[in-house]
Amino acid sequence: MTGCSIQVARPGALTTIQDCGRPGYAHLGVPRSGALDAPAHHRANQLVGNPPGAPVLETTLTGVAVTARAAVTVAVTGAHAAVRLDGRRVGLGTAVAMAAGQTLDVGPARLGVRSYVAFSGGLQIPPVLGSASTDLLSGLGPARLAAGDVLDLGEAAAPDGPPVPGGGAAVPGGGAAVPGGGAAVPGGGAAVPGGTLAAAGFPPRCPQAGVPAAPVPGERAELLIHLGPRDDWLSAVGLAALRGAAWKVSPQSNRVALRLAGAAPPRSRSGELPSEGLVAGAIEALPDGQLVVFLADHPTTGGYPVIAVLDPGSLPVCAQARPGLTVTFRIA
Amino acid sequence: MRFRPAGPSALLVEVDSLDQAWALHAEIARKRAAGWAPSLLDVVPGACTVLLDGVPDHGRAARDIRSWTIPPVPAGSGPVTEIHCRYDGPDLPAVAAQWQLSVPEAVRLHTSIEHEVAFCGFAPGFPYIAGIGRGREVARRDSPRSAIPAGSVALGGEYTGIYPRASPGGWQVIGQTTAVMWDLGRDPAALLVAGDRVRFIDVTP
Repeated sequence: MTGCSIQVARPGALTTIQDCGRPGYAHLGVPRSGALDAPAHHRANQLVGNPPGAPVLETTLTGVAVTARAAVTVAVTGAHAAVRLDGRRVGLGTAVAMAAGQTLDVGPARLGVRSYVAFSGGLQIPPVLGSASTDLLSGLGPARLAAGDVLDLGEAAAPDGPPVPGGGAAVPGGGAAVPGGGAAVPGGGAAVPGGTLAAAGFPPRCPQAGVPAAPVPGERAELLIHLGPRDDWLSAVGLAALRGAAWKVSPQSNRVALRLAGAAPPRSRSGELPSEGLVAGAIEALPDGQLVVFLADHPTTGGYPVIAVLDPGSLPVCAQARPGLTVTFRIA
Repeated sequence: MRFRPAGPSALLVEVDSLDQAWALHAEIARKRAAGWAPSLLDVVPGACTVLLDGVPDHGRAARDIRSWTIPPVPAGSGPVTEIHCRYDGPDLPAVAAQWQLSVPEAVRLHTSIEHEVAFCGFAPGFPYIAGIGRGREVARRDSPRSAIPAGSVALGGEYTGIYPRASPGGWQVIGQTTAVMWDLGRDPAALLVAGDRVRFIDVTP
């Protein structure tokens, strides 16, 4: 059975397609990309019986609305937002059955930034360098969603039990936890009947597989960091400032980086480094005192000193960090 | 060689020169092909570093690398690509002035050098091409241009770069090429990769 698709009724401020990204090409200047909140991405897929790395929608602050053109199971995870099916409230973090013609509306984020919307069968996107992800830094992958776009879905895995028609309630076996406690939905996992998802060219390894889910931050967030590789560019005073000071998430933040405004942690030397490779979560200290925390669409090399790197468990917190959020650091 | 952790699963290996970074990068590629560090996702050469992303056991990776005998990569051994360039960029007069040369002399200098790609970064297929050398480093523009056309040949620091697609940029644009730097229909998609030699051919009408 093929031919199922969804149509974008309201694209929201910025909705992109994301999977586990495209590791392995950084030496050519290709960013890793992929879903910013990886645990939410994996969870949404598991709820609808997809492999955890299947492509999903990632929204930004204002949500998205899509209309099903055939029956499909959907799940929304990530930011706290009101989700409605033809105007009726349905649950966040549960599988919801949509009939042909019904519209799912993911409202503005009340807490957090990004919602993840998974569809049974997964979005069928021709992969670029092994990934369906939209990379906003380099322009690789599909364009951001626009009103009227039609997105094809693959064949759904045989569900363990039918989602409750009309949504609202949980999948039999518990809405809060997929049977098996967050492991793959039975029938999901790597093998998909018909092989449509496997054929879509997912990366064999999800770089963030196993990263624990983090609570969506409210007023404050503490980020766990590992010093280095260039913490020697911070003075002792700078290091103390990193431990004690608070920063505010700047509105200039995006999928490339979370920008943090605050008092400059004093550096022990000035200037730039010869360009060197960057990892996701790298924290650059800029000469003007801003800290830049690189996220999935980060450039592959940089010339400002990386004083610390986020613990992978703090990346989902950054994915959901709204402008104005107060951020402190804890050194691992 | 110095080993600097870059988070719990990456290691930045610092060496003393671009040549050493290339030699280490080449040795890592050989060792990977032989099954070393199967968890590695990305290996990114820099100006005097190699980043290994996907090595949770830093100590073991560092011990392994220290135990290797790393053969030097002979200079000038990479394949040569000729880049046809119209030297008519808006910043060429300023670059020539900085080098205390006339514009034709600056063009002759740039075309007389055998350049080598140090590494890629900034954007897919964007090469950092070493060659203009120390003493001729070019400062970035005070305010970056909001749009630099694809194919622009520009100077920044001791590197020549070629913009694969239109993007903002702060480098000094000296010319324009029709070479396609990035093509997903090609394998590899990047026209130039680390270690490649580059000769610029003056095709200014």
